[in-house]
Amino acid sequence: MSKRNLAAAASLSIIAVIFLFSALLMHSFGVPDESEMDQYVIDNTQAETGANNGVTSVVFDYRGFDTLGEATVLFTAVAGVIMIFRRRKE
Amino acid sequence: MSEMSKIVRTITSIAFPFAMIYGLYVIAHGHLTPGGGFQGGAIVASACVMILVAFGSKWTLDKIKEKRLSVFESIGAVAFIGLAFLGLIFGTVFFNNFLVGNEYLFGVIPTTGVANINTAGILPLMNFAVGLKVIAGLFAIVLVMAYATTNYKEGKK
Repeated sequence: MSKRNLAAAASLSIIAVIFLFSALLMHSFGVPDESEMDQYVIDNTQAETGANNGVTSVVFDYRGFDTLGEATVLFTAVAGVIMIFRRRKE
Repeated sequence: MSEMSKIVRTITSIAFPFAMIYGLYVIAHGHLTPGGGFQGGAIVASACVMILVAFGSKWTLDKIKEKRLSVFESIGAVAFIGLAFLGLIFGTVFFNNFLVGNEYLFGVIPTTGVANINTAGILPLMNFAVGLKVIAGLFAIVLVMAYATTNYKEGKK
């Protein structure tokens, strides 16, 4: 067995051990960790944003920057496609 | 992209208004029901693409050009960022929901379980802006691609 194969085996086994530990340490499926933020959103979204739909209030109000980035991605995609497929002048 | 048979065109003419109304409903009720600007815009753009597929790109390009669509998309983007900056001017921070609390325009604070469309401050306006942007953007992408294929075929002939 060459040195190269030995190094590959060692690194692969280290990665496998890391993945195994992270799989064992995961919390069970469907039981998310409690966090302060989601409880805050559930409690205050109606009073603060006036929206009955909590998802929309998060998307457009609490995390508006995320939506701004998404809109920028869409704009860039449209600009790129129009630039590639634009009409040539005869 | 050439036009399809008369059966397909007739069925498309019947189905198009329903898809359009459903998409606009999803956009307009983004702050009350599941959905919003992105989702409703994708539905409306799909309806427009259905028209494009059924009637052919030549017919569709006689009706609307992609330059006009990209103008609409830019209007949506500017409205979105402008609303965010209005939050900075009239409220406290960027993306501040400055319309909540007034009694006139989208300012009513709802009670649980009551679907009042006059609520949620700037969220419906942002939904409209994003919806306009997504409708125009997605339809412009497909329209430009369809035009490119037709142009290619005509050049080959």
